[in-house]
Amino acid sequence: MLAQAGDEADWIRQSLANIALATQERDLYIFMGLAPRHLGKADLALSAKDLAAADAACPGWSPEGWSIDGAARILALLAAPRNRAFAERFKDLRRTADVAELIALYRGLPLYPEPDSLHFEVGEGLRSNIKAVFESIAHRNPFPRDHFDDHRWNHMILKALFVESRLTPILGLEARANPELARILVDYAEERIAAGRPVPQDLWIPLKPFRDDRAVAAILPREEAVQ
Amino acid sequence: MMLIDPHAHMISRTTDDYQAMADAGIVALIEPAFWLGQPRTFVGTYVDYLSTIVGWERFRAGQFGIRHYCTVGLNSKEANNEELAEGVMDWLPRFALKEGVVAIGEIGYDEQTALEDKYFRLQLELASELKLPVMIHTPHRDKKRGTSRSMDVCEEHGLDPGMVIVDHNNEETVAETLQRGFWAGFSIYPSTKMGNARMVEILRQYGGDRIIVDSACDWGISDCLGVAKTAQLALERGIPKETVRMVCYQNALDAYGQSGQMKEDDWLEPPTIDQRTLFEGNSILRGGREPHIETPSDRLLKNLLIE
Repeated sequence: MLAQAGDEADWIRQSLANIALATQERDLYIFMGLAPRHLGKADLALSAKDLAAADAACPGWSPEGWSIDGAARILALLAAPRNRAFAERFKDLRRTADVAELIALYRGLPLYPEPDSLHFEVGEGLRSNIKAVFESIAHRNPFPRDHFDDHRWNHMILKALFVESRLTPILGLEARANPELARILVDYAEERIAAGRPVPQDLWIPLKPFRDDRAVAAILPREEAVQ
Repeated sequence: MMLIDPHAHMISRTTDDYQAMADAGIVALIEPAFWLGQPRTFVGTYVDYLSTIVGWERFRAGQFGIRHYCTVGLNSKEANNEELAEGVMDWLPRFALKEGVVAIGEIGYDEQTALEDKYFRLQLELASELKLPVMIHTPHRDKKRGTSRSMDVCEEHGLDPGMVIVDHNNEETVAETLQRGFWAGFSIYPSTKMGNARMVEILRQYGGDRIIVDSACDWGISDCLGVAKTAQLALERGIPKETVRMVCYQNALDAYGQSGQMKEDDWLEPPTIDQRTLFEGNSILRGGREPHIETPSDRLLKNLLIE
Protein backbone atom coordinates (compact mmCIF):
# COMPACT_ATOMS: atom_id res chain seq x y z
CA MET A 1 0.00 0.00 0.00
CA LEU A 2 2.81 2.42 0.81
CA ALA A 3 4.29 1.87 -2.67
CA GLN A 4 0.91 2.58 -4.24
CA ALA A 5 0.57 5.72 -2.12
CA GLY A 6 3.63 7.24 -3.88
CA ASP A 7 4.36 10.72 -2.56
CA GLU A 8 1.72 10.29 0.14
CA ALA A 9 3.54 7.39 1.81
CA ASP A 10 5.31 9.77 4.18
CA TRP A 11 1.99 11.35 5.08
CA ILE A 12 0.65 7.91 6.02
CA ARG A 13 3.73 7.02 8.08
CA GLN A 14 3.74 10.34 9.92
CA SER A 15 -0.01 10.28 10.57
CA LEU A 16 0.06 6.74 11.92
CA ALA A 17 2.94 7.66 14.22
CA ASN A 18 0.95 10.64 15.52
CA ILE A 19 -2.18 8.56 16.01
CA ALA A 20 -0.21 5.95 17.97
CA LEU A 21 0.99 8.60 20.41
CA ALA A 22 -2.19 10.70 20.57
CA THR A 23 -3.91 11.17 23.90
CA GLN A 24 -7.23 12.18 22.31
CA GLU A 25 -9.19 10.90 19.32
CA ARG A 26 -8.96 13.98 17.13
CA ASP A 27 -5.98 12.81 15.07
CA LEU A 28 -7.74 9.56 14.25
CA TYR A 29 -10.96 11.35 13.20
CA ILE A 30 -9.04 13.72 10.97
CA PHE A 31 -7.05 10.91 9.37
CA MET A 32 -10.28 9.05 8.59
CA GLY A 33 -11.64 12.14 6.84
CA LEU A 34 -8.45 12.97 4.97
CA ALA A 35 -7.57 9.45 3.79
CA PRO A 36 -9.45 9.57 0.44
CA ARG A 37 -8.41 13.20 -0.08
CA HIS A 38 -4.74 12.25 0.14
CA LEU A 39 -4.81 8.78 -1.34
CA GLY A 40 -7.74 8.69 -3.74
CA LYS A 41 -10.10 5.72 -3.91
CA ALA A 42 -8.35 3.38 -6.33
CA ASP A 43 -8.58 -0.35 -5.80
CA LEU A 44 -5.74 -1.63 -3.66
CA ALA A 45 -2.99 -3.01 -5.91
CA LEU A 46 -2.30 -6.53 -4.68
CA SER A 47 0.31 -8.97 -5.93
CA ALA A 48 -0.06 -12.74 -5.77
CA LYS A 49 2.43 -12.59 -2.90
CA ASP A 50 0.23 -10.13 -0.97
CA LEU A 51 -2.81 -12.35 -1.43
CA ALA A 52 -0.87 -15.40 -0.30
CA ALA A 53 0.34 -13.51 2.79
CA ALA A 54 -3.25 -12.52 3.62
CA ASP A 55 -4.45 -16.09 3.28
CA ALA A 56 -1.57 -17.32 5.44
CA ALA A 57 -2.34 -14.72 8.13
CA CYS A 58 -6.00 -15.72 8.23
CA PRO A 59 -7.17 -18.69 6.16
CA GLY A 60 -9.63 -17.64 3.48
CA TRP A 61 -9.17 -13.92 4.02
CA SER A 62 -8.67 -11.90 0.85
CA PRO A 63 -8.32 -8.12 0.66
CA GLU A 64 -9.26 -8.23 -3.01
CA GLY A 65 -11.61 -5.39 -3.85
CA TRP A 66 -10.40 -3.18 -1.00
CA SER A 67 -9.68 0.44 -1.83
CA ILE A 68 -6.47 2.19 -0.84
CA ASP A 69 -8.23 4.74 1.41
CA GLY A 70 -10.17 1.96 3.11
CA ALA A 71 -6.98 0.02 3.83
CA ALA A 72 -5.38 3.16 5.27
CA ARG A 73 -8.38 3.72 7.54
CA ILE A 74 -8.08 0.21 8.92
CA LEU A 75 -4.36 0.72 9.52
CA ALA A 76 -5.13 3.91 11.42
CA LEU A 77 -7.70 2.19 13.62
CA LEU A 78 -5.16 -0.53 14.38
CA ALA A 79 -2.47 2.07 15.12
CA ALA A 80 -4.55 3.87 17.77
CA PRO A 81 -3.32 3.36 21.34
CA ARG A 82 -5.02 0.75 23.53
CA ASN A 83 -6.26 3.36 25.99
CA ARG A 84 -9.93 2.48 25.32
CA ALA A 85 -11.72 -0.75 24.66
CA PHE A 86 -11.47 -1.55 20.96
CA ALA A 87 -15.23 -2.03 20.56
CA GLU A 88 -15.89 1.37 22.12
CA ARG A 89 -13.61 3.12 19.63
CA PHE A 90 -15.12 1.13 16.77
CA LYS A 91 -18.62 2.19 17.81
CA ASP A 92 -17.54 5.80 18.06
CA LEU A 93 -16.28 5.69 14.46
CA ARG A 94 -19.16 3.61 13.15
CA ARG A 95 -21.95 5.87 14.37
CA THR A 96 -20.69 8.86 12.34
CA ALA A 97 -19.34 6.89 9.38
CA ASP A 98 -20.13 7.59 5.74
CA VAL A 99 -20.74 4.67 3.36
CA ALA A 100 -17.09 4.16 2.39
CA GLU A 101 -16.00 4.32 6.03
CA LEU A 102 -18.58 1.75 7.06
CA ILE A 103 -17.35 -0.62 4.38
CA ALA A 104 -13.73 -0.17 5.44
CA LEU A 105 -14.49 -0.58 9.15
CA TYR A 106 -16.30 -3.87 8.59
CA ARG A 107 -13.85 -5.24 6.05
CA GLY A 108 -11.15 -4.95 8.70
CA LEU A 109 -12.95 -7.31 11.11
CA PRO A 110 -10.56 -10.28 10.74
CA LEU A 111 -7.65 -8.04 11.77
CA TYR A 112 -9.02 -6.55 14.98
CA PRO A 113 -8.15 -7.44 18.57
CA GLU A 114 -10.86 -8.57 21.03
CA PRO A 115 -13.13 -10.03 18.28
CA ASP A 116 -15.68 -11.30 20.77
CA SER A 117 -16.34 -7.80 22.02
CA LEU A 118 -17.54 -6.78 18.54
CA HIS A 119 -20.73 -8.81 18.24
CA PHE A 120 -23.06 -5.88 18.80
CA GLU A 121 -21.17 -3.78 16.25
CA VAL A 122 -21.22 -6.56 13.68
CA GLY A 123 -24.96 -6.97 14.24
CA GLU A 124 -25.53 -3.30 13.46
CA GLY A 125 -23.64 -3.72 10.18
CA LEU A 126 -25.54 -6.86 9.20
CA ARG A 127 -28.83 -5.02 9.74
CA SER A 128 -27.76 -2.28 7.31
CA ASN A 129 -29.93 -1.76 4.27
CA ILE A 130 -26.91 -0.73 2.27
CA LYS A 131 -26.00 -3.90 0.42
CA ALA A 132 -22.30 -3.05 0.13
CA VAL A 133 -22.10 -2.61 3.91
CA PHE A 134 -23.77 -5.96 4.50
CA GLU A 135 -21.40 -7.57 1.99
CA SER A 136 -18.36 -6.02 3.65
CA ILE A 137 -19.12 -8.42 6.53
CA ALA A 138 -20.57 -11.34 4.58
CA HIS A 139 -18.26 -11.59 1.58
CA ARG A 140 -14.63 -12.71 1.56
CA ASN A 141 -14.50 -12.09 5.30
CA PRO A 142 -13.54 -14.94 7.66
CA PHE A 143 -15.08 -13.21 10.69
CA PRO A 144 -18.58 -14.73 10.35
CA ARG A 145 -17.19 -18.23 9.82
CA ASP A 146 -14.89 -17.92 12.82
CA HIS A 147 -17.02 -15.97 15.30
CA PHE A 148 -20.76 -16.18 14.55
CA ASP A 149 -23.05 -18.51 16.45
CA ASP A 150 -25.48 -20.57 14.37
CA HIS A 151 -28.37 -18.17 14.80
CA ARG A 152 -26.47 -15.19 13.46
CA TRP A 153 -24.83 -17.28 10.75
CA ASN A 154 -28.17 -18.56 9.55
CA HIS A 155 -29.73 -15.12 9.45
CA MET A 156 -26.77 -13.75 7.51
CA ILE A 157 -27.29 -16.44 4.87
CA LEU A 158 -31.01 -15.72 4.73
CA LYS A 159 -30.50 -12.00 4.45
CA ALA A 160 -27.98 -12.53 1.66
CA LEU A 161 -30.62 -14.46 -0.28
CA PHE A 162 -33.28 -11.92 0.54
CA VAL A 163 -31.25 -8.92 -0.70
CA GLU A 164 -30.09 -10.85 -3.78
CA SER A 165 -26.50 -11.06 -2.66
CA ARG A 166 -24.40 -14.01 -3.83
CA LEU A 167 -23.65 -16.81 -1.37
CA THR A 168 -20.50 -18.08 -3.08
CA PRO A 169 -18.21 -15.29 -1.74
CA ILE A 170 -19.23 -16.22 1.84
CA LEU A 171 -16.42 -18.12 3.55
CA GLY A 172 -17.25 -21.35 5.36
CA LEU A 173 -20.52 -21.92 3.54
CA GLU A 174 -20.31 -25.71 3.63
CA ALA A 175 -18.40 -26.00 6.90
CA ARG A 176 -21.03 -23.95 8.75
CA ALA A 177 -24.05 -25.65 7.17
CA ASN A 178 -26.43 -26.89 9.90
CA PRO A 179 -29.82 -28.63 10.12
CA GLU A 180 -31.68 -25.53 11.30
CA LEU A 181 -30.39 -23.56 8.30
CA ALA A 182 -31.38 -26.40 6.00
CA ARG A 183 -34.93 -26.33 7.40
CA ILE A 184 -35.19 -22.54 6.96
CA LEU A 185 -33.83 -22.73 3.42
CA VAL A 186 -36.30 -25.43 2.44
CA ASP A 187 -39.13 -23.23 3.76
CA TYR A 188 -37.72 -20.28 1.90
CA ALA A 189 -37.43 -22.20 -1.36
CA GLU A 190 -41.01 -23.45 -1.02
CA GLU A 191 -42.22 -19.91 -0.34
CA ARG A 192 -40.48 -18.68 -3.49
CA ILE A 193 -41.87 -21.49 -5.57
CA ALA A 194 -45.41 -20.87 -4.23
CA ALA A 195 -45.10 -17.18 -5.12
CA GLY A 196 -43.94 -17.99 -8.63
CA ARG A 197 -40.61 -16.32 -7.97
CA PRO A 198 -37.23 -17.76 -8.97
CA VAL A 199 -35.25 -19.56 -6.28
CA PRO A 200 -31.77 -18.01 -5.88
CA GLN A 201 -29.26 -20.22 -7.63
CA ASP A 202 -26.83 -20.38 -4.67
CA LEU A 203 -29.41 -21.71 -2.22
CA TRP A 204 -28.56 -25.33 -2.80
CA ILE A 205 -24.94 -24.98 -1.55
CA PRO A 206 -25.68 -25.00 2.20
CA LEU A 207 -28.36 -27.64 1.60
CA LYS A 208 -26.03 -30.18 0.03
CA PRO A 209 -24.74 -31.74 3.28
CA PHE A 210 -28.37 -32.52 4.18
CA ARG A 211 -29.39 -34.16 0.95
CA ASP A 212 -30.42 -37.30 2.84
CA ASP A 213 -32.98 -35.36 4.85
CA ARG A 214 -36.48 -36.03 3.52
CA ALA A 215 -37.55 -32.38 3.11
CA VAL A 216 -34.22 -31.43 1.57
CA ALA A 217 -34.34 -34.43 -0.74
CA ALA A 218 -37.74 -33.28 -1.93
CA ILE A 219 -36.52 -29.83 -2.90
CA LEU A 220 -32.90 -30.41 -3.87
CA PRO A 221 -33.46 -32.15 -7.20
CA ARG A 222 -35.57 -29.20 -8.32
CA GLU A 223 -32.79 -26.82 -7.35
CA GLU A 224 -30.07 -28.88 -8.95
CA ALA A 225 -32.17 -29.24 -12.05
CA VAL A 226 -31.97 -25.50 -12.68
CA GLN A 227 -28.17 -25.36 -12.32
CA MET B 1 -29.45 18.08 -20.84
CA MET B 2 -27.75 16.93 -17.63
CA LEU B 3 -29.12 18.78 -14.60
CA ILE B 4 -28.07 19.26 -10.97
CA ASP B 5 -30.50 20.08 -8.16
CA PRO B 6 -28.21 21.71 -5.60
CA HIS B 7 -30.89 21.97 -2.89
CA ALA B 8 -33.19 19.00 -2.29
CA HIS B 9 -34.21 17.45 1.05
CA MET B 10 -34.47 13.93 -0.29
CA ILE B 11 -34.82 12.36 3.14
CA SER B 12 -38.47 13.52 2.89
CA ARG B 13 -39.09 12.27 -0.65
CA THR B 14 -40.23 8.99 -2.11
CA THR B 15 -38.58 6.63 -4.56
CA ASP B 16 -41.08 7.86 -7.20
CA ASP B 17 -39.50 11.27 -6.85
CA TYR B 18 -36.01 9.89 -7.30
CA GLN B 19 -37.14 8.07 -10.41
CA ALA B 20 -38.85 11.17 -11.82
CA MET B 21 -35.75 13.26 -11.16
CA ALA B 22 -33.49 10.71 -12.84
CA ASP B 23 -35.85 10.52 -15.83
CA ALA B 24 -35.85 14.31 -16.08
CA GLY B 25 -32.06 14.45 -16.34
CA ILE B 26 -30.91 15.05 -12.74
CA VAL B 27 -27.46 13.44 -12.43
CA ALA B 28 -26.48 14.90 -9.05
CA LEU B 29 -28.12 16.66 -6.15
CA ILE B 30 -27.17 18.27 -2.87
CA GLU B 31 -29.06 17.61 0.36
CA PRO B 32 -28.53 20.49 2.78
CA ALA B 33 -28.88 19.70 6.47
CA PHE B 34 -31.98 21.47 7.71
CA TRP B 35 -34.80 21.03 10.19
CA LEU B 36 -37.37 18.31 9.77
CA GLY B 37 -40.55 20.35 10.05
CA GLN B 38 -40.49 20.11 13.82
CA PRO B 39 -37.62 20.79 16.20
CA ARG B 40 -35.37 18.00 17.42
CA THR B 41 -35.11 17.80 21.19
CA PHE B 42 -32.04 15.59 21.57
CA VAL B 43 -28.54 16.12 20.22
CA GLY B 44 -28.46 12.42 19.33
CA THR B 45 -31.32 12.66 16.86
CA TYR B 46 -29.48 15.47 15.11
CA VAL B 47 -26.29 13.39 14.97
CA ASP B 48 -28.17 10.44 13.50
CA TYR B 49 -29.78 12.75 10.95
CA LEU B 50 -26.35 13.92 9.80
CA SER B 51 -25.24 10.31 9.71
CA THR B 52 -28.24 9.46 7.51
CA ILE B 53 -27.53 12.16 4.94
CA VAL B 54 -23.86 11.13 4.58
CA GLY B 55 -24.79 7.44 4.52
CA TRP B 56 -28.15 5.88 3.79
CA GLU B 57 -29.60 8.71 1.70
CA ARG B 58 -26.48 8.70 -0.46
CA PHE B 59 -26.95 5.03 -1.14
CA ARG B 60 -30.67 5.47 -1.82
CA ALA B 61 -29.96 8.10 -4.48
CA GLY B 62 -27.33 5.87 -6.06
CA GLN B 63 -29.94 3.21 -6.70
CA PHE B 64 -31.47 5.62 -9.19
CA GLY B 65 -28.14 6.56 -10.73
CA ILE B 66 -28.15 9.97 -9.01
CA ARG B 67 -25.03 11.17 -7.19
CA HIS B 68 -25.92 12.49 -3.76
CA TYR B 69 -23.93 15.15 -1.92
CA CYS B 70 -24.82 17.04 1.22
CA THR B 71 -24.02 20.02 3.36
CA VAL B 72 -23.76 19.79 7.14
CA GLY B 73 -24.65 22.51 9.59
CA LEU B 74 -26.82 23.72 12.42
CA ASN B 75 -29.85 25.43 10.90
CA SER B 76 -31.08 28.80 12.10
CA LYS B 77 -34.34 27.56 13.61
CA GLU B 78 -32.71 24.98 15.87
CA ALA B 79 -29.89 27.37 16.72
CA ASN B 80 -32.43 28.91 19.10
CA ASN B 81 -32.28 25.85 21.35
CA GLU B 82 -28.98 26.60 23.03
CA GLU B 83 -28.49 23.23 24.68
CA LEU B 84 -29.11 21.42 21.38
CA ALA B 85 -27.00 23.94 19.47
CA GLU B 86 -23.98 23.48 21.75
CA GLY B 87 -24.20 19.73 21.38
CA VAL B 88 -24.50 19.86 17.59
CA MET B 89 -21.52 22.23 17.35
CA ASP B 90 -19.39 19.65 19.19
CA TRP B 91 -20.23 17.00 16.58
CA LEU B 92 -20.16 19.11 13.41
CA PRO B 93 -16.39 18.98 12.77
CA ARG B 94 -16.62 15.19 12.66
CA PHE B 95 -19.09 15.35 9.79
CA ALA B 96 -17.57 18.21 7.83
CA LEU B 97 -14.87 16.03 6.24
CA LYS B 98 -17.09 13.10 5.29
CA GLU B 99 -17.13 12.00 1.69
CA GLY B 100 -19.54 14.07 -0.40
CA VAL B 101 -19.90 16.94 2.08
CA VAL B 102 -19.68 19.96 -0.21
CA ALA B 103 -20.40 22.88 2.15
CA ILE B 104 -21.33 24.04 5.61
CA GLY B 105 -25.04 24.77 5.39
CA GLU B 106 -27.73 25.64 5.26
CA ILE B 107 -26.99 28.24 7.90
CA GLY B 108 -28.01 31.83 8.48
CA TYR B 109 -31.00 33.60 9.97
CA ASP B 110 -34.63 32.77 10.62
CA GLU B 111 -35.92 35.32 13.13
CA GLN B 112 -32.54 37.06 13.34
CA THR B 113 -32.06 36.39 17.06
CA ALA B 114 -28.85 36.70 19.05
CA LEU B 115 -28.46 32.91 19.25
CA GLU B 116 -28.93 32.54 15.48
CA ASP B 117 -26.26 35.16 15.00
CA LYS B 118 -23.87 33.42 17.40
CA TYR B 119 -24.05 30.01 15.72
CA PHE B 120 -24.06 31.46 12.20
CA ARG B 121 -20.76 33.16 12.96
CA LEU B 122 -19.23 30.09 14.63
CA GLN B 123 -20.07 28.01 11.58
CA LEU B 124 -18.62 30.59 9.19
CA GLU B 125 -15.39 30.26 11.16
CA LEU B 126 -15.55 26.48 10.86
CA ALA B 127 -16.07 26.73 7.08
CA SER B 128 -13.09 29.10 6.77
CA GLU B 129 -10.90 26.76 8.79
CA LEU B 130 -11.86 23.74 6.67
CA LYS B 131 -11.84 25.70 3.37
CA LEU B 132 -15.41 24.61 2.64
CA PRO B 133 -18.04 26.61 0.75
CA VAL B 134 -21.04 27.94 2.69
CA MET B 135 -24.72 27.60 1.79
CA ILE B 136 -26.80 30.38 3.29
CA HIS B 137 -30.50 30.07 4.02
CA THR B 138 -31.97 33.56 3.82
CA PRO B 139 -35.01 34.22 6.01
CA HIS B 140 -38.60 34.19 4.80
CA ARG B 141 -39.52 37.15 6.98
CA ASP B 142 -37.69 40.48 6.83
CA LYS B 143 -35.98 38.89 3.87
CA LYS B 144 -34.27 41.81 2.24
CA ARG B 145 -32.59 43.00 5.41
CA GLY B 146 -31.81 39.43 6.49
CA THR B 147 -30.12 38.74 3.17
CA SER B 148 -27.98 41.89 3.33
CA ARG B 149 -27.06 41.13 6.91
CA SER B 150 -26.04 37.55 6.04
CA MET B 151 -23.61 38.91 3.45
CA ASP B 152 -22.32 41.60 5.84
CA VAL B 153 -21.48 38.94 8.41
CA CYS B 154 -19.71 36.76 5.82
CA GLU B 155 -17.55 39.71 4.81
CA GLU B 156 -16.89 40.57 8.44
CA HIS B 157 -15.51 37.05 8.95
CA GLY B 158 -13.27 37.38 5.92
CA LEU B 159 -15.04 34.89 3.67
CA ASP B 160 -14.48 35.09 -0.06
CA PRO B 161 -17.93 35.76 -1.61
CA GLY B 162 -16.98 33.24 -4.30
CA MET B 163 -17.13 30.54 -1.60
CA VAL B 164 -20.64 31.53 -0.45
CA ILE B 165 -23.95 30.56 -2.03
CA VAL B 166 -26.78 32.81 -0.87
CA ASP B 167 -29.93 30.79 -1.41
CA HIS B 168 -33.65 31.57 -1.67
CA ASN B 169 -33.13 34.84 -3.53
CA ASN B 170 -35.97 36.70 -5.22
CA GLU B 171 -36.47 39.77 -7.42
CA GLU B 172 -35.80 42.02 -4.43
CA THR B 173 -32.48 40.51 -3.34
CA VAL B 174 -30.80 39.31 -6.52
CA ALA B 175 -29.20 42.57 -7.63
CA GLU B 176 -27.36 43.12 -4.36
CA THR B 177 -26.29 39.46 -4.06
CA LEU B 178 -24.74 39.46 -7.53
CA GLN B 179 -23.26 42.93 -7.19
CA ARG B 180 -21.42 41.90 -4.01
CA GLY B 181 -19.89 38.89 -5.76
CA PHE B 182 -21.84 36.07 -4.06
CA TRP B 183 -23.49 33.14 -5.86
CA ALA B 184 -27.25 33.69 -6.06
CA GLY B 185 -29.40 30.61 -5.49
CA PHE B 186 -33.11 30.57 -6.38
CA SER B 187 -35.48 27.99 -4.97
CA ILE B 188 -38.36 27.14 -7.29
CA TYR B 189 -40.84 26.36 -4.54
CA PRO B 190 -44.59 26.99 -4.87
CA SER B 191 -46.28 29.77 -2.88
CA THR B 192 -43.46 30.78 -0.51
CA LYS B 193 -40.38 31.15 -2.71
CA MET B 194 -39.84 31.55 -6.47
CA GLY B 195 -42.12 30.51 -9.32
CA ASN B 196 -40.46 29.32 -12.51
CA ALA B 197 -42.08 31.88 -14.82
CA ARG B 198 -40.67 34.62 -12.59
CA MET B 199 -37.35 32.80 -12.66
CA VAL B 200 -37.30 32.86 -16.46
CA GLU B 201 -37.72 36.65 -16.36
CA ILE B 202 -34.80 36.94 -13.95
CA LEU B 203 -32.65 34.93 -16.35
CA ARG B 204 -33.75 37.20 -19.18
CA GLN B 205 -32.70 40.24 -17.17
CA TYR B 206 -29.50 39.01 -15.48
CA GLY B 207 -28.21 36.21 -17.73
CA GLY B 208 -26.69 33.08 -16.25
CA ASP B 209 -23.59 34.33 -14.48
CA ARG B 210 -23.40 33.11 -10.84
CA ILE B 211 -27.12 32.23 -10.75
CA ILE B 212 -28.10 28.78 -9.49
CA VAL B 213 -31.57 27.20 -9.71
CA ASP B 214 -32.73 24.61 -7.18
CA SER B 215 -36.00 23.02 -6.04
CA ALA B 216 -35.56 23.07 -2.24
CA CYS B 217 -38.10 20.24 -2.28
CA ASP B 218 -38.75 18.90 1.21
CA TRP B 219 -41.62 17.66 3.41
CA GLY B 220 -43.85 20.58 2.41
CA ILE B 221 -45.90 21.06 -0.75
CA SER B 222 -43.01 21.34 -3.15
CA ASP B 223 -41.82 19.96 -6.47
CA CYS B 224 -38.77 17.76 -6.93
CA LEU B 225 -38.84 18.64 -10.64
CA GLY B 226 -38.34 22.35 -9.93
CA VAL B 227 -35.01 22.47 -11.76
CA ALA B 228 -36.19 20.37 -14.71
CA LYS B 229 -39.40 22.37 -15.14
CA THR B 230 -37.52 25.65 -14.97
CA ALA B 231 -35.01 24.44 -17.58
CA GLN B 232 -37.85 23.34 -19.85
CA LEU B 233 -39.82 26.55 -19.44
CA ALA B 234 -36.75 28.74 -19.94
CA LEU B 235 -35.91 26.97 -23.21
CA GLU B 236 -39.52 27.27 -24.39
CA ARG B 237 -39.47 30.98 -23.62
CA GLY B 238 -36.33 31.70 -25.54
CA ILE B 239 -33.56 31.73 -22.92
CA PRO B 240 -30.32 30.59 -24.61
CA LYS B 241 -29.46 26.96 -24.03
CA GLU B 242 -26.03 27.87 -22.64
CA THR B 243 -27.62 30.11 -19.99
CA VAL B 244 -29.95 27.30 -18.97
CA ARG B 245 -27.02 24.87 -18.77
CA MET B 246 -25.12 27.27 -16.53
CA VAL B 247 -27.93 27.92 -14.04
CA CYS B 248 -29.26 24.35 -13.95
CA TYR B 249 -25.92 22.50 -14.00
CA GLN B 250 -22.54 24.17 -14.39
CA ASN B 251 -22.73 26.94 -11.79
CA ALA B 252 -23.73 24.55 -9.01
CA LEU B 253 -20.86 22.28 -9.99
CA ASP B 254 -18.40 25.19 -10.01
CA ALA B 255 -19.59 26.63 -6.71
CA TYR B 256 -19.81 23.42 -4.67
CA GLY B 257 -16.96 21.76 -6.57
CA GLN B 258 -14.69 24.13 -4.64
CA SER B 259 -15.02 21.66 -1.78
CA GLY B 260 -13.01 19.13 -3.81
CA GLN B 261 -15.83 16.67 -3.14
CA MET B 262 -17.94 17.06 -6.28
CA LYS B 263 -16.58 16.39 -9.76
CA GLU B 264 -18.22 15.72 -13.10
CA ASP B 265 -16.28 12.46 -13.25
CA ASP B 266 -18.30 11.26 -10.25
CA TRP B 267 -21.23 10.63 -12.60
CA LEU B 268 -19.50 10.37 -15.97
CA GLU B 269 -16.53 8.18 -14.96
CA PRO B 270 -17.20 6.93 -11.42
CA PRO B 271 -14.31 5.17 -9.62
CA THR B 272 -14.74 1.40 -9.70
CA ILE B 273 -15.20 1.26 -5.93
CA ASP B 274 -18.19 3.59 -6.23
CA GLN B 275 -19.65 1.60 -9.10
CA ARG B 276 -19.50 -1.50 -6.93
CA THR B 277 -20.94 0.10 -3.83
CA LEU B 278 -22.95 3.26 -4.43
CA PHE B 279 -24.36 2.32 -7.84
CA GLU B 280 -24.95 -1.31 -7.00
CA GLY B 281 -28.13 -2.55 -8.58
CA ASN B 282 -28.28 0.31 -11.03
CA SER B 283 -27.24 0.21 -14.62
CA ILE B 284 -27.73 3.83 -15.58
CA LEU B 285 -24.24 5.05 -14.82
CA ARG B 286 -22.22 1.87 -14.95
CA GLY B 287 -19.22 1.75 -17.21
CA GLY B 288 -18.86 5.51 -17.41
CA ARG B 289 -21.43 5.89 -20.14
CA GLU B 290 -23.24 9.11 -20.86
CA PRO B 291 -26.28 9.09 -18.58
CA HIS B 292 -29.33 7.76 -20.29
CA ILE B 293 -32.06 10.37 -20.22
CA GLU B 294 -35.55 9.36 -21.17
CA THR B 295 -37.89 11.53 -23.13
CA PRO B 296 -39.62 13.95 -20.76
CA SER B 297 -42.34 12.22 -18.79
CA ASP B 298 -45.89 13.34 -18.26
CA ARG B 299 -44.96 14.26 -14.75
CA LEU B 300 -42.51 16.80 -16.13
CA LEU B 301 -44.58 18.22 -18.96
CA LYS B 302 -47.96 18.40 -17.27
CA ASN B 303 -48.16 21.23 -14.75
CA LEU B 304 -44.98 22.77 -16.08
CA LEU B 305 -45.64 26.01 -14.24
CA ILE B 306 -44.68 26.29 -10.58
CA GLU B 307 -46.29 29.35 -9.04
